[in-house]
Amino acid sequence: MDKGAAELQTRELTINMGPQHPATHGVLRLVLDLDGETVVKCTPYIGYLHRGVEKLAENRTYLSALPLTDRLDYISAMANNQGYCLAVERLFGVEAPERAKYIRTMVAEMSRISSHILWLGTHALDIGAMTVFLYAFREREWLLDLFEMLCGARLTTSYARIGGVRNDVSQEFIDSLYRFTGEFPRRIEEYETLIDQNRIWLKRTKGIGVIEADEAVNWGLSGPTLRGSGVSYDVRKHAPYDAYDKVEFDVPIGKRGDVYDRYRCRMEEMRQSNRIIRQCIEKLPVGPVMAPDAPKISLPPKDNVLKTMESMIHHFVLITKGPMAAPDGEIYSCTEVPKGELGFYFVSDGSGRPYRMRVRAPSFVHASVIPRLCEGSLVADVIANIGTVDIVLGECDR
Amino acid sequence: MEPKLIAQTIAEALKTRFPEDVKGTREFRGQVSVIVRKDRIKEIMEYLHDTPQWCFSYLRDVCGVDYRGRKEPRFEIVYQLYSVSHQHAIRIRAEVPEEDPVIDSVVGVWDGANWLERECYDMFGIRFKGHPDLRRILMPEDWEGHPLRKDYPLKSDLGEKEWKDLKEVYDLAKENRAYEMRQDG
Repeated sequence: MDKGAAELQTRELTINMGPQHPATHGVLRLVLDLDGETVVKCTPYIGYLHRGVEKLAENRTYLSALPLTDRLDYISAMANNQGYCLAVERLFGVEAPERAKYIRTMVAEMSRISSHILWLGTHALDIGAMTVFLYAFREREWLLDLFEMLCGARLTTSYARIGGVRNDVSQEFIDSLYRFTGEFPRRIEEYETLIDQNRIWLKRTKGIGVIEADEAVNWGLSGPTLRGSGVSYDVRKHAPYDAYDKVEFDVPIGKRGDVYDRYRCRMEEMRQSNRIIRQCIEKLPVGPVMAPDAPKISLPPKDNVLKTMESMIHHFVLITKGPMAAPDGEIYSCTEVPKGELGFYFVSDGSGRPYRMRVRAPSFVHASVIPRLCEGSLVADVIANIGTVDIVLGECDR
Repeated sequence: MEPKLIAQTIAEALKTRFPEDVKGTREFRGQVSVIVRKDRIKEIMEYLHDTPQWCFSYLRDVCGVDYRGRKEPRFEIVYQLYSVSHQHAIRIRAEVPEEDPVIDSVVGVWDGANWLERECYDMFGIRFKGHPDLRRILMPEDWEGHPLRKDYPLKSDLGEKEWKDLKEVYDLAKENRAYEMRQDG
């Protein structure tokens, strides 16, 4: 009997999760070593969506590299466009006119809401709360319709331009968006009644995936994933860009750094985004939406191209050779996108194409922290941990 | 103080502290980069991270740049540092020569450097000494070459030397086509 028991050996079980797993939010593959229900080791594999965005950008002009940024974090393309255009504007030393700044701030906050709604819906669905998913998509649809009204596309918007935005907003758009901001706070309350009192939700989020403030900073986390740990770092406050220094908003932070606090942060952020959009509409100044002093950097209005010789020449050269008079220098510019800090590092050699474009993607950094969150926890919490860092693999793999 | 002035002060402090290693500073649009030799990169980073006055607790980014044919040494590893508590930033550019593409890893200073350095290795073939897990990250593990090097083609002209897994996929697709239902029955 004793001899038989000694012969029984136990060893860790290795299982493969993904890349085609609905709860991994894209093509993320995890290899988990399990001791019973406990995760001993977690190894993520990424790169399934690698398209070589950085390499492609080196072979495109500054103008034609813009659509590539739609496809980074494809849930919040507006915010990516804004980040890219800001970086190029800073490199060239041009500034967008006031009205364009407000519009960009507005659409970036819209994309923050739509990204957080999608996150809430799928995260809750993963943990077992189905209903909120259906409610969340109702509001997301409204926002996507608004994007479509604005620029003709729902996801790959390519709306911002170097030196402004592509076209002005219509009154119809403004009216509908203002109605949205009036209704949305009530909708957030609706989501909260669905899950805030839900005992299963609370059990599965409180005290799970805890990361302390110092450690979160050391890992390079950003956005709500960092702020859930109580670090008040928000690019919109630390280095305001576009119209963020002209609107009032708070930066919600958590205390415990667990899945629940990060959830609370994102819910509050949606309220703040709503506030920002409302202020942008109320304060929206009149004027042009493209920088008038940048004819050699951004495309001239189409009307002028058809009528004046000079604009046509500018248009032709900009499309074929890229912006003229690029400076010889380098710039790192970052913005606060829904997922965290999106940075662009440009090295320019004076030609119309970036010599090097580096994308600092928040999802890439957040994906690297998944083993830290998962190891030692239960296998069921792996799902909660993937959801809580809010990664999009398009941005992670680039 | 203005961000630019703080960054200049930090650059000066670095020069005094590491006179042998700092090669120069570059300034553009209010951002300051310090160009350093790679040999004592870890000590420089530890100094910036640990000195309470600078407190660069946050590593924003690590990336490589290939200056093939434009500059010697050929590669640069660029670190974007930020201090969350003091709200100042600096960029450190470490030069790495082509014939000896090795630099010390800074994973011991920031945990977040782990994947960022792996990406540099994957894309530029620069090895990080002391890295706990230096493997390819975005490209498949049996991939040949380092895509972000300037001498790597944008479009493949390898022909027969194409990545072998891709050939397998093509062959499989060809095989599967034989089983497709024919319209004429």
